[in-house]
Amino acid sequence: MVLSPADKTNVKGTWAKVGNHGAEFGAEALERMFTSFPSTKTYFSHFDLGHGSAQIKGHGKKVADALTKAVGHIDNLPDALSELSDLHAHELRVDPVNFKLLSHCLLVTLALHLPADFTPSVHASLDKFLASVSTVLTSKYR
Amino acid sequence: MVHLTGEEKSAVTALWGKVNVEEVGGEALGRLLVVYPWTQRFFESFGDLSTADAVMKNANVKKHGKKVLASFSEGLKHLDDLKGTFAALSELHCDKLHVDPENFRLLGNVLVVVLARHFGKEFTPELQSAYQKVVAGVATALAHKYH
Repeated sequence: MVLSPADKTNVKGTWAKVGNHGAEFGAEALERMFTSFPSTKTYFSHFDLGHGSAQIKGHGKKVADALTKAVGHIDNLPDALSELSDLHAHELRVDPVNFKLLSHCLLVTLALHLPADFTPSVHASLDKFLASVSTVLTSKYR
Repeated sequence: MVHLTGEEKSAVTALWGKVNVEEVGGEALGRLLVVYPWTQRFFESFGDLSTADAVMKNANVKKHGKKVLASFSEGLKHLDDLKGTFAALSELHCDKLHVDPENFRLLGNVLVVVLARHFGKEFTPELQSAYQKVVAGVATALAHKYH
């Protein structure tokens, strides 16, 4: 799957609209994922997963910052996400199915907060972008 | 069978009461065809699906989206027996339409995204969770008679 120039424009445009709500949206997406897909909580047994948890907020910011980096290096995701890719492969070892669950919750969060901007084309571009990021993060698993 | 608490069932029904089935159905099916273009394979007779705009404005897409969501609405009235409710439709999708059940899961998730877009903060994490169970249940019920 290849991101077209239009996809890249859509992704960058959306991320600009996210502005400094990245951490907040990241945390919300995580909370939605934990609530809708309880099996994802198994990776966070060391976290307080209650609503408003400082740890979820902190982790939401981490996720958002990584996505910001990805958006900024959208022409070379493997390079930009190489360290994160190593981390997921050798330390975190999150089963690949979970990337789809978080990606879905990120889309829900963005659709909710940016309803007018979340057109069908933008929706498609974001889905492709998150799938590309997920592919890179699981690329060194075996 | 979907395991929703009484509270979840009420919340799901309450939100659904505010849904414009025609509009949301058309939008959900349209977005499915735009975001996952390979799903267009089932709709070659629908006319122009060449751009996102064409898909979303396509009268056949809107009509079919309404049909699909009306059926989903019916399912919401029978959350304790989705398999029974969708038995005939399941056979149809297997024997006549030859639709891979993965498509039901894709459409279910697109519907959740559309509901989030329409309802904003009202679509809380808990309400999303209830709807994820419902769409998963409907997808499973539609796949149940496959052979």
